[in-house]
Amino acid sequence: MGTLMAPKVEPARILAEKDRGKKATMMQYLAHKLRVDVWDILHEKGTGHWGGASSVAEILTTLYFDAMNVRPQDPRWADRDRLVLSKGHASAILYAVLASRGFFPVEELHTFRQINSRLQGHPCMKDTPGVDMSAGALGHGMSVSLGMAMAARLQKKSYWSYVIMGEGCLDEGQTWEAFMAAAKFKPERLVALIDYNGFQLDGSSDEIMPLGPLFEKFYAFQWNVAPTVFNGHEVRDILRALEWVKMQSSWPVAVIFKTKKGRGISFTEDTHKYHGAVIDDQTYAKGRPELLATLAELEAAL
Amino acid sequence: MKTPLKTNAKLVSMRDALGQALVDFAPEIPELVVLDADVSHSTKTLGFAKAYPDRFFNVGVAEGNMADIAAGMAACGLRPVINTFSLFLALKCADQIRNTICYNNLPVVLAGAYGGLSDSYDGASHQAILDIAMMRALPNMVVIVPADAAETRQALRLALRRDGPTFIRGCRNETPVIFEGAEPFKIGKARKLRDGKDLTIAACGVPVLMALEAVERLAKDGISVDLLALATVKPIDEAALAASAAKTGKVLAVEEHTIYGGFGGAVAEAVAKHVPAKMDFIGVQDRFTESGAYDALLKKYGISTEAIVAKAKALVGEQPAGAKPGAAKAAVKKPAAKKVVTGRGAAKKSARKPQAKPRGRKRT
Repeated sequence: MGTLMAPKVEPARILAEKDRGKKATMMQYLAHKLRVDVWDILHEKGTGHWGGASSVAEILTTLYFDAMNVRPQDPRWADRDRLVLSKGHASAILYAVLASRGFFPVEELHTFRQINSRLQGHPCMKDTPGVDMSAGALGHGMSVSLGMAMAARLQKKSYWSYVIMGEGCLDEGQTWEAFMAAAKFKPERLVALIDYNGFQLDGSSDEIMPLGPLFEKFYAFQWNVAPTVFNGHEVRDILRALEWVKMQSSWPVAVIFKTKKGRGISFTEDTHKYHGAVIDDQTYAKGRPELLATLAELEAAL
Repeated sequence: MKTPLKTNAKLVSMRDALGQALVDFAPEIPELVVLDADVSHSTKTLGFAKAYPDRFFNVGVAEGNMADIAAGMAACGLRPVINTFSLFLALKCADQIRNTICYNNLPVVLAGAYGGLSDSYDGASHQAILDIAMMRALPNMVVIVPADAAETRQALRLALRRDGPTFIRGCRNETPVIFEGAEPFKIGKARKLRDGKDLTIAACGVPVLMALEAVERLAKDGISVDLLALATVKPIDEAALAASAAKTGKVLAVEEHTIYGGFGGAVAEAVAKHVPAKMDFIGVQDRFTESGAYDALLKKYGISTEAIVAKAKALVGEQPAGAKPGAAKAAVKKPAAKKVVTGRGAAKKSARKPQAKPRGRKRT
């Protein structure tokens, strides 16, 4: 069992940083550092989903270190903001972010997908502190987060309900049922974030199931969708997107983030081939220098 | 318990009872919310919708979406009751019920209206004869199959107090209220309706009344029946079934469901663990049903007082089905100690099969 690199900037310092620019730089570094952790863990365990996890590293990091109001020491706090990672196969990066945020020890990442672990292959809310909803079978998250937002309204609470979906979730018919229902009930503070990397398990989404025109679909479904695509790998862009979200008063709200599946390593980017492939020794050794080179650049910017 | 069978019992449908109970319980349970998938006129949640419009959500014909919305609500402190036809709950929401509601042990009540053959005129596409099997296979799920309106109301009350998911199977039609005034049932506990020594009849749902009538007829023929009503199919009252089976050595399971995997399966699993007993099953054979009047359908598909009487008699050896008269008795009376029960059961089944199967085949 290897040891994960220690971050060059303590998560607590990131949380405490008041300067927005500096904080963005730190989160940009941390997100990529956690991406490297995922690469290490997936190689160490010989199982897990690299492509979709890498794709959502910056979005999850920005949510948990900036946008979301959570209490790692009291993970079931009733008024916390909720996040449903509907693309549950990206669990490895969620666990890395949650551990880094203090929900459970970072060393526990080494138990990922192993027997008797709290870190199930796909997120399980019963086991893992910080996981607000189990996911795995695709297409559930939109409905679940809608229910969470409707519960907030009925109980006069003001927590936010975020759901992150990828192409797979958008293929599922249930997601579109939930889009219709969300536009009917219009609960406040319901936010759908699309991790739009253009690839799924079997190939590109253009090849497997074309999803476009996605903006127009959201408009047609009566959603308040952000008028521009944001870069899901630039923390400053994600912050801008989430600031836009917080200014809205028409619900539900959606943001489309352009991302890259397998982000961070040239040969794993923009392909379906590393959706769930085992990261063998050769692939690991080939990919890691690229990840480390980027990490060094981000570290230098701190 | 006191005799529940009254010839003058009033008729109330389980769906009306559930709809009324939702309205009645709403003031004391502010977390109670009701969801329906565009069938509130049928499930009778309409009364709740009118009385508590801000706590009622009609999600349209999107049952899986309804189940997951309820899961999200339950994860945030509400007590949702989701309503649609039982077949659609079992099949259209199967993934949502398993992977979201049951996996997370969320306190959602799943009210399956129109259970069994009760959506009789709508035909096989609407008749729920696998819902018990499906719900029973889900960890954390409690499965309640009420026998009447009184048990339905009790079931809802119990379900709303639970910390996990509960399936309550209803019935469309008006049926006699046989348990009114009786002590409420408890989750996981059978009710002993009659004491007997020759045969155990275990029943749930609408056919409990048929079983009561059958027991009276059998008594006239000198057959004494231990009759258990089990409103809770899961967890099943293993102790009560085992004790009764140990006494009688013969068990007839009675339900309005396919004979595979439902209540009969649950009874067989419970009995087989404890005592060797000869068993038979009242229910729909492995086939699709059809449109028709409820009573006529039940009769045609083998769920009736007459069918219970006939199978009961065959079990005790009075009219063995398709075998030599003495065979059944001899097989049962042999001390259980040395023989493996499965072997003996298999022998009996093969003796019965030739009579039952060709008949089914000819019709299809």
